Amino acid sequence: MKQGVIPDQFTAPFWSAANESKLVIQNCSKCDRLQHPPAQECGQCKSGTNLEWKEMSGKGRIYNYGVVHDCPIRLLQDDQPFNVAVVMLDDDPGIQMYSHLPGTPADEVPVGAEVRVVFEETANGQKVPEWKVVT
Amino acid sequence: MTTRYAPPSMYRSREGVGVWEHRGKVAAVGVGHSPTERRWDERPETSVGAWSIMALRNAIADAGITPDQVDGLVIVPETTTGAFWPEDKALPQDVIEAFVQTNDPLDGIAKLSVDWLLKNMPELTNINYSLYAPVCMSNALNVAAQVVGDGLAHTVLVLKAWHNLQGRYYQGGQNAQDAIGGTSAMRSLWGAPACYGTALQFAEYCHKYNKNHDMMTPFIINSRRNGLMFPEGYWAQHRPEELTDEDYQLARWIAKPANLFDNDIPIMCAASYLFTTAERAKDMKQKPVYILNHADSDAVPRGLTPTLDEVEAECALTGRKIYEGAGITAADLSFENMYDGFTQFHQFHIEGLGYRGIGFGDALDFYQTDISIEGSNPVSPSGGNIGSGRSRFWMHTDSIQQLQGRAGGRQITGVDAEIGVSGGPMPLGGNYTVWSATPD
Repeated sequence: MKQGVIPDQFTAPFWSAANESKLVIQNCSKCDRLQHPPAQECGQCKSGTNLEWKEMSGKGRIYNYGVVHDCPIRLLQDDQPFNVAVVMLDDDPGIQMYSHLPGTPADEVPVGAEVRVVFEETANGQKVPEWKVVT
Repeated sequence: MTTRYAPPSMYRSREGVGVWEHRGKVAAVGVGHSPTERRWDERPETSVGAWSIMALRNAIADAGITPDQVDGLVIVPETTTGAFWPEDKALPQDVIEAFVQTNDPLDGIAKLSVDWLLKNMPELTNINYSLYAPVCMSNALNVAAQVVGDGLAHTVLVLKAWHNLQGRYYQGGQNAQDAIGGTSAMRSLWGAPACYGTALQFAEYCHKYNKNHDMMTPFIINSRRNGLMFPEGYWAQHRPEELTDEDYQLARWIAKPANLFDNDIPIMCAASYLFTTAERAKDMKQKPVYILNHADSDAVPRGLTPTLDEVEAECALTGRKIYEGAGITAADLSFENMYDGFTQFHQFHIEGLGYRGIGFGDALDFYQTDISIEGSNPVSPSGGNIGSGRSRFWMHTDSIQQLQGRAGGRQITGVDAEIGVSGGPMPLGGNYTVWSATPD
């Protein structure tokens, strides 16, 4: 079970959208450039005045993965070993998200496979984006 | 004394800026170390503060000068290996009473300030310039070299110390909580340990170049061997155990494809170096080791973790900056002491350097050749973090000692020690120093 999430002012739109089963990513409207994790300013133009949240298609591909056998987070230790994959979004492959790839056995990850976003509850009920392999 | 972090202008981050203006005019002379320990036993005399003082005094003595001749300090204020003093645990009273305190009770226990050092080293009577450098000795060395070169101070002590507390590292704090803040959760919710990002890059590397994890074995064996000849190091002092191929290849995974021995062991230790002008160094006790250049990588990955493409591009850029500022080429390197803690960083660094002519994808094949200190292609003669524990400074000590001819059992013999390079940690985000036995 993932730790719960306590949204803060900065990331609240991302977590609120997740609770509505929507994936939003921070976007600089001036540069037309997505960035994740969100930051106080655009990584390109360094301005914080043009940042907005943009809804994504929820489609992506598995870029790479590792298998975690020794996890520092207490609530996840009973689940070891587990996959932690890097998903690149179809909307912009430069945007990466981590995933446990629910339904995919540890170390049987089809790199390059198409994935779709799902939303999973964490320990305090906050939903978080996860990704499932499209079969 | 008010001490601030070194400004960005002190780092050489750009390509195309030419040879370093102080090339060969700054020298390292003294080296000082504390002992090592796996974790702090909470005695005053083994605290990170006490061991920092010991390392500084050893560096002064090694250089053969008096403390009043030192006029500058460059230190790393962060000392944690990943262990933080628990909020609900009282600080040991005997430690507090053993030292002159600043207004921060953790000073000298789980962090370090210039103010604390000066209060507890009254012999440093002439310090009139100080700077902080973030996180690593590699960074502090770059800053100290620039400080001396710019004439901001003439004789500078550089210090990095580490504390490691009881309990497994990174297992406390927010990782033990039932819920975490939204910003942290963006990265940490999936439970990836520290070596995960590097393991990912290594996985991609193996896929791209048709390599495998077992091909790292000679590098691991070589690193431990060299580390066991490092009397200042953890494994030599506490667990003088050589590694076998099987030890490495059958070790448990931490984040596959990174296993236990791809990770460095967190320890307590401190080290200090004495930097001065090349002119003053001539009269000191040890042979001067001249600094030909320092270089900085300040690249930021676009995503959560660097891709292999980003890593290779940045390592290549770092290599070019290193050579350009030093006025040398890869062929001039006698040895390399690039970062290794995690082991899977090392091949990226030496491929970026083009060490011994290798290119991207070649390092693991290179590891299958003679990379020992007796051969003509020594790899990590220090043994690095893998050989002596997590300090991120063995590589610098070894580079200085190799060029002074006092590396003891680790002294490279297959090639004359004339120019070496050390630094790290990350391919994206590191600091590098080029050392030379001669100023030109």
